[in-house]
Amino acid sequence: MTVSQTSFGSHEPVLEIKDLTVKYRGDTRSTTAVDRVSFSIGVGEIFGLAGESGCGKSTIANAIMRLLRDPAEISGGSIRFGGKDVLAMRPEELRRFRWQDVAMVFQSAMNSLNPVMTIGDQIVDIYTTHAGYTRKESLRRAAELLELVRIDPARLKSYPHQLSGGMRQRAVIAMAVALKPSLLILDEPTTALDVVVQQEIMAQIKELQRELGFSVLFITHDMSLMVELSHRMAVMYGGRIVETAKAKDIHAAPLHPYTQALMGAFPPLTGPRVPLTGLADGVKFSNIADLQEVSPAHFVSPLPALQGAQP
Amino acid sequence: MSTPVSARPAPAAKEQDLTQTGAPALEVKGLVKDFHSGGLFSRASVRALGGVDLAIRKGEIVALVGESGSGKSTLARCIARLEKPTAGQILIDGTDVLKRDRFQASREYRSRLQMVFQDPFGSLNPVHRIEHFLTRSLTLHGKAGTPDQLRRRLDELMTTVGLTPDMLNSYPHELSGGQRQRVAIARALAVEPEVILADEPTSMLDVSVRIGILNLMRQLRDKQGISMLYITHDLASARYLADRIAVMFAGELVEEGESLDLLANPAHPYTRLLVSAVPDPARTGSYDPHERAALRAAVMESASCAFDGDAEQRCSATEPVRHRVGDPANEHWVRCHLYRPPATAASHALSAEPLESPDASPTDDSRTENKASA
Repeated sequence: MTVSQTSFGSHEPVLEIKDLTVKYRGDTRSTTAVDRVSFSIGVGEIFGLAGESGCGKSTIANAIMRLLRDPAEISGGSIRFGGKDVLAMRPEELRRFRWQDVAMVFQSAMNSLNPVMTIGDQIVDIYTTHAGYTRKESLRRAAELLELVRIDPARLKSYPHQLSGGMRQRAVIAMAVALKPSLLILDEPTTALDVVVQQEIMAQIKELQRELGFSVLFITHDMSLMVELSHRMAVMYGGRIVETAKAKDIHAAPLHPYTQALMGAFPPLTGPRVPLTGLADGVKFSNIADLQEVSPAHFVSPLPALQGAQP
Repeated sequence: MSTPVSARPAPAAKEQDLTQTGAPALEVKGLVKDFHSGGLFSRASVRALGGVDLAIRKGEIVALVGESGSGKSTLARCIARLEKPTAGQILIDGTDVLKRDRFQASREYRSRLQMVFQDPFGSLNPVHRIEHFLTRSLTLHGKAGTPDQLRRRLDELMTTVGLTPDMLNSYPHELSGGQRQRVAIARALAVEPEVILADEPTSMLDVSVRIGILNLMRQLRDKQGISMLYITHDLASARYLADRIAVMFAGELVEEGESLDLLANPAHPYTRLLVSAVPDPARTGSYDPHERAALRAAVMESASCAFDGDAEQRCSATEPVRHRVGDPANEHWVRCHLYRPPATAASHALSAEPLESPDASPTDDSRTENKASA
């Protein structure tokens, strides 16, 4: 936490997304999953993207990695990484970009390890393929990598099923930072884990971030977790960002009713018990307007457009 | 291991309560569940529940918290009679239902205790309209009455759970997850139960509607006096909804107490570990990582809290006794050898721990020792 605050926002952006629009095309009609979304992430900054299932947050992550396949299609906007246009990259550029510049940890990534290969072989694979190291050198580095996430290097010889869920997730995170990317995308990295393990993984990510200085795009629906970890965050609803500000500001004073409902869904662990209200079933927001700055660095979609916000 | 099946009345507070509200709505005594493990001829077994005692008073919401594998769902399945306990008693209004209906739950039991499951997408048959689920419940339990009465009752049920009566004609797929969970609750309510057993009722729902379901459950308790056992891994929601929280670890209840007090002054290392791990931006100052590491070592590295007979290890040699924590009004107790009551506070080892059986005598040493330190 401490580091992040000093490095926050003072640098040029690593990732800049402008008016990104992603559509899923059907035979008769198409659905806009991400609608004119803009945000940027600074060097060493942890940026959180919050929202519920179906709000488009994972689609954004996949769009950044250029992983979208038919019928999804980026129909507008730009994604720039370190000044380069990601959407214009050729296949070989993309290949380098994908693990060396930006790495991604997927939801339940611990199940994405190859069950018939040892952890060591899978890490060695990364080094020999992407960095061109010899097998011996790769093994040495793989051992270092596991130590970085506090796994005994003897585990290099283990198969994924021999590790616990938390250890597997840590191994996947280690693999993601193997080539020292400048941006790490974490898509619900702890959703399937128990709270104690979750806390350990998040502490691990913070520590790695402090050591290696990468930026993080952190995607989750758990607002408590997000506010604790992120410097700046955006709340998404129906493919649009409804509010973005410093995480502390959103926690202290959420302005959009949807943000308030999300915050209200996580009762505090301290203080008196106060009645909370979530979003009533079936309430929909439509025609979400563009963001407006209401106080320094705090942007909210203006309220008049919140039709149907009454339960 | 000697599992005292006899009652473990948590002393003064409960006696006082008994005079107020009579017998608890639901009581579990010394519930043990062993799962067979290994091959067909193997006699090995895994102990999932090691003698659980839990009482829920009338109109009380008790939360059962713990991580995956702690045995909380096994306890729920035993109480719901989906699993046959190895030993112990389940009492509803003082009647041991395991003795009364030995093989499966009777309709009478079901009419007193209803379940709400985790997955509202799986618990409603997709080929039926909402009306079907509620009508079936009412008919099975002989509460349907005349068509007019039935119609009125259906409308009433829908309104109670915050849905509109016209949704009776909908199919489950037409409803959102939150609405479906409300239907599941209405179905449970149809038989007018005394106790509702809710196993992670909100964990599959979108976060913004979760609190609505919790509010509905509280409202049912407040208005209809229904007792609830709320099983969850989410401490924050347990604190929000429940009057009391019971913490389960390795198949045993290790700590129990009034919700706010328990989370403010967790006494068991496992509870403290859980509390410290919950993200809470409002918490001032984060936990010291060294303290966390020590806690984790204390809790996780002993594979269980159960006394597996290893005399070398204090934690496994003898059964821990219950210690009262803080003000007796909070009914807060902890079972742990590591617990040392603060010298100033009025904490004692609870003398009510029934260790009448002579083979439990080694425990007496530790008990006197603990008392001495109190």
